[in-house]
Amino acid sequence: MIKFFLMVNKQGQTRLSKYYEHVEINKRTLLETEVIKSCLSRSSEQCSFIEYKDFKLIYRQYAALFIVVGVNDTENEMAIYEFIHNFVEVLDDYFSRVLRYSAV
Amino acid sequence: MLSLMTVEQKISIFFKRMPAPIRLRELIRTIRTARTQAEEREMIQKECAAIRSSFREEDNTYRCRNVAKLLYMHMLGYPAHFGQLECLKLIASQKFTDKRIGYLGAMLLLDERQDVHLLMTNCIKNDLNHSTQYVQGLALCTLGCMGSSEMCRDLAGEVEKLLKTSNSYLRKKAALCAVHVIRKVPELMEMFLPATKNLLNEKNHGVLHTSVVLLTEMCERSPDMLAHFRKNEKLVPQLVRILKNLIMSGYSPEHDVSGISDPFLQVRILRLLRILGRNDDDSSEAMNDILAQVATNTETSKNVGNAILYETVLTIMDIKSESGLRVLAINILGRFLLNNDKNIRYVALTSLLKTVQTDHNAVQRHRSTIVDCLKDLDVSIKRRAMELSFALVNGNNIRGMMKELLYFLDSCEPEFKADCASGIFLAAEKYAPSKRWHIDTIMRVLTTAGSYVRDDAVPNLIQLITNSVEMHAYTVQRLYKAILGDYSQQPLVQVAAWCIGEYGDLLVSGQCEEEEPIQVTEDEVLDILESVLISNMSTSVTRGYALTAIMKLSTRFTCTVNRIKKVVSIYGSSIDVELQQRAVEYNALFKKYDHMRSALLERMPVMEKVTTNGPTEIVQTNGETDPTPLETKPPPSGPQPTSQANDLLDLLGGNDITPVIPTAPTSKPASAGGELLDLLGDINLTGAPAAAPAPASVPQISQPPFLLDGLSSQPLFNDIATGIPSITAYSKNGLKIEFTFERSNTNPSVTVITIQASNSTELDMTDFVFQAAVPKTFQLQLLSPSSSIVPAFNTGTITQVIKVLNPQKQQLRMRIKLTYNHKGSAMQDLAEVNNFPPQSWQ
Repeated sequence: MIKFFLMVNKQGQTRLSKYYEHVEINKRTLLETEVIKSCLSRSSEQCSFIEYKDFKLIYRQYAALFIVVGVNDTENEMAIYEFIHNFVEVLDDYFSRVLRYSAV
Repeated sequence: MLSLMTVEQKISIFFKRMPAPIRLRELIRTIRTARTQAEEREMIQKECAAIRSSFREEDNTYRCRNVAKLLYMHMLGYPAHFGQLECLKLIASQKFTDKRIGYLGAMLLLDERQDVHLLMTNCIKNDLNHSTQYVQGLALCTLGCMGSSEMCRDLAGEVEKLLKTSNSYLRKKAALCAVHVIRKVPELMEMFLPATKNLLNEKNHGVLHTSVVLLTEMCERSPDMLAHFRKNEKLVPQLVRILKNLIMSGYSPEHDVSGISDPFLQVRILRLLRILGRNDDDSSEAMNDILAQVATNTETSKNVGNAILYETVLTIMDIKSESGLRVLAINILGRFLLNNDKNIRYVALTSLLKTVQTDHNAVQRHRSTIVDCLKDLDVSIKRRAMELSFALVNGNNIRGMMKELLYFLDSCEPEFKADCASGIFLAAEKYAPSKRWHIDTIMRVLTTAGSYVRDDAVPNLIQLITNSVEMHAYTVQRLYKAILGDYSQQPLVQVAAWCIGEYGDLLVSGQCEEEEPIQVTEDEVLDILESVLISNMSTSVTRGYALTAIMKLSTRFTCTVNRIKKVVSIYGSSIDVELQQRAVEYNALFKKYDHMRSALLERMPVMEKVTTNGPTEIVQTNGETDPTPLETKPPPSGPQPTSQANDLLDLLGGNDITPVIPTAPTSKPASAGGELLDLLGDINLTGAPAAAPAPASVPQISQPPFLLDGLSSQPLFNDIATGIPSITAYSKNGLKIEFTFERSNTNPSVTVITIQASNSTELDMTDFVFQAAVPKTFQLQLLSPSSSIVPAFNTGTITQVIKVLNPQKQQLRMRIKLTYNHKGSAMQDLAEVNNFPPQSWQ
């Protein structure tokens, strides 16, 4: 089950966030900074799945933007990885190039 | 800042009205120009104030814009609760744009914690029946996102109705909404059951996907549903058919992702099949073919294909598939391991870890690849590879695997070292091909990762070393060489100090067969031990080890006894209480009890394997198997050591037990205990035959194998409860044994029995030994007898005290064994004592 979906840029600013479970508003910012910290510290050599507290993070980098999805144990990580790419493609098609720039 | 002003705003300023609120896009642009957090906060506060005043004015035209901005600011992390009511107003409006923002706001800002949300129920109800499908869709989305249980209960009927429509746009949203309703109110599950009958007949992938999600949710929540779907609905054949169509159909531009048709639906179906096939033979059989087909036909060049294969493998492993299929699955995982993509390797290792228990042999085939993964750069992959490697170690591959694992231990991150070291010890213990190899491996671990070794490894290692008798010289030599260079790694130093203390004589005499013996003098050995004592890096425990080792060497070394005496006396005034106590006691040993020193400090006997299931066997664990702040006490003043610790027994609810310096093993140490154990069956044994210390005049001592800790510190006869009748426990061949009882008021489970042995024959009975055994629920302590000669003609008696602990207040029973010499021949007798008076144990 997807717990949350984040789009964060390299400086740590949240561009989009959607939580599928209730998280306190101040905890959200904390969560976002921690998550982006662990994603930024990974090199390109390492795999895209991180274990964070009691869920898994699956992240994908597009230029200066990170898309991070937090899931629980039952999800297929690779399917989510594909899903992220699918999402980006949809956004791209729908809004054409404008969005990529504004989102970043 | 606000450099762009629209025409509208200019006009409104001209007419001196409140300027129209800025658009969301401009707000975003403005906020992005902020360079610091404080600047951003300022901008947002200003905008929030403008929005609040606009809300107060009840301005319908711009409400939607304001709420949109509010939502953006909420997403950045700023409080936006004052917008909740506005969202409701927007939902109630007739304009679609208003409704859209209103529902979005409701989804983000409202949830069941807020009271306001119930006001939405009516709006949603109306919108669910709206003429425009988009409005209906919005309502379904919102309900499915944040509906509380009350709302769900009210609106479930509407959702169910929509689930049956022919409009696929609505149907798919209704299905997802139904999932949410079921999660919130599980009782409503049955309501949706009839609607699911036709769901899978759809062509629209959206509907198919959400229906599969709905079915998955129902099956996971209720085993009745699961059984129902398996039998009645023939769900499995339907799913198989759909999956087959997906795979076999040609290119479909609508659903194509990198060459595979709708992989997301395929993955979902596979997951549902997994749930249906788990623990069910029929269903599993029905899916075998399609799973094999998916596994072989899916393209693996792209990530998509691999995602599907991964799900397939998980499904195959979970259902009752045939063995050919399982081997296929593991081979797929093996192929994943060889892939360059990290993600795939990670996923493969995770799955292999799950399957290694059940399909061990198949996984073994991929051992070399797994071992290669130990060298990967990624931390998560390394951890998985390490766990998997330990699971794969067996008797055949131990040498090779151990080499790799030791290499890994050298180079891995510190967070792994403790786990790796423990794993290596376990594996070595189970599968070591030879003692020397085992000891070498341990040495290697201690030297490379010495500080990360867990504390409980040290006593285990010591026991192992003691038990490999022929390797003592080799071991001590290697340990000595190891700490010569570096004595900072505590576990290594502890083990080394212990060994040097025990086998120092072998070290000095240069007796090693396995290796080139090194020339070490006694002084050099003492040098190293002393430097360990002095060093700042040594912990208190290590110092304790070192001091005791030095003490033990006093009996093994010949020329340096004075030096040892000096060292020991120095530490008699150490600040560390532990060291001071040891030093003082050792000093006493030198001064007053020098005659006992050699006996006390003799070599340790072979230790039995320590088990943890209570007092079922005797273990002569005399010595430092537990070197935590528990002291090793030399005997207190008085010629008899009164107690020995048995660290198996958790006495009196977890009191600390004090192990004791070893007594000299006699010619039959453990074996005598053994034969008595045989004789007395399941009854616990006390009173192992005594070790006679050097002077023969000291009466024979019976050594109870454990200490009743709480009792020994109390005086023997404590608040005597009188009036318990004494009994004659044994009377035969002129030997009579009487029991008298005392109960302690302070500890009602303790009974103190005093035995008196008298001899009515005309000759003395010499070398008299009394032994007793009690059932497992009791514990016994035998104190030393008054003498070992029972004089003839009842002219005197032997007195001995027995303390019985009876926590469960069960009936006291005892078996006794008597051995003595009479009329020139050795006599032995066994008897059972059953006539204990009730007052002695109730």
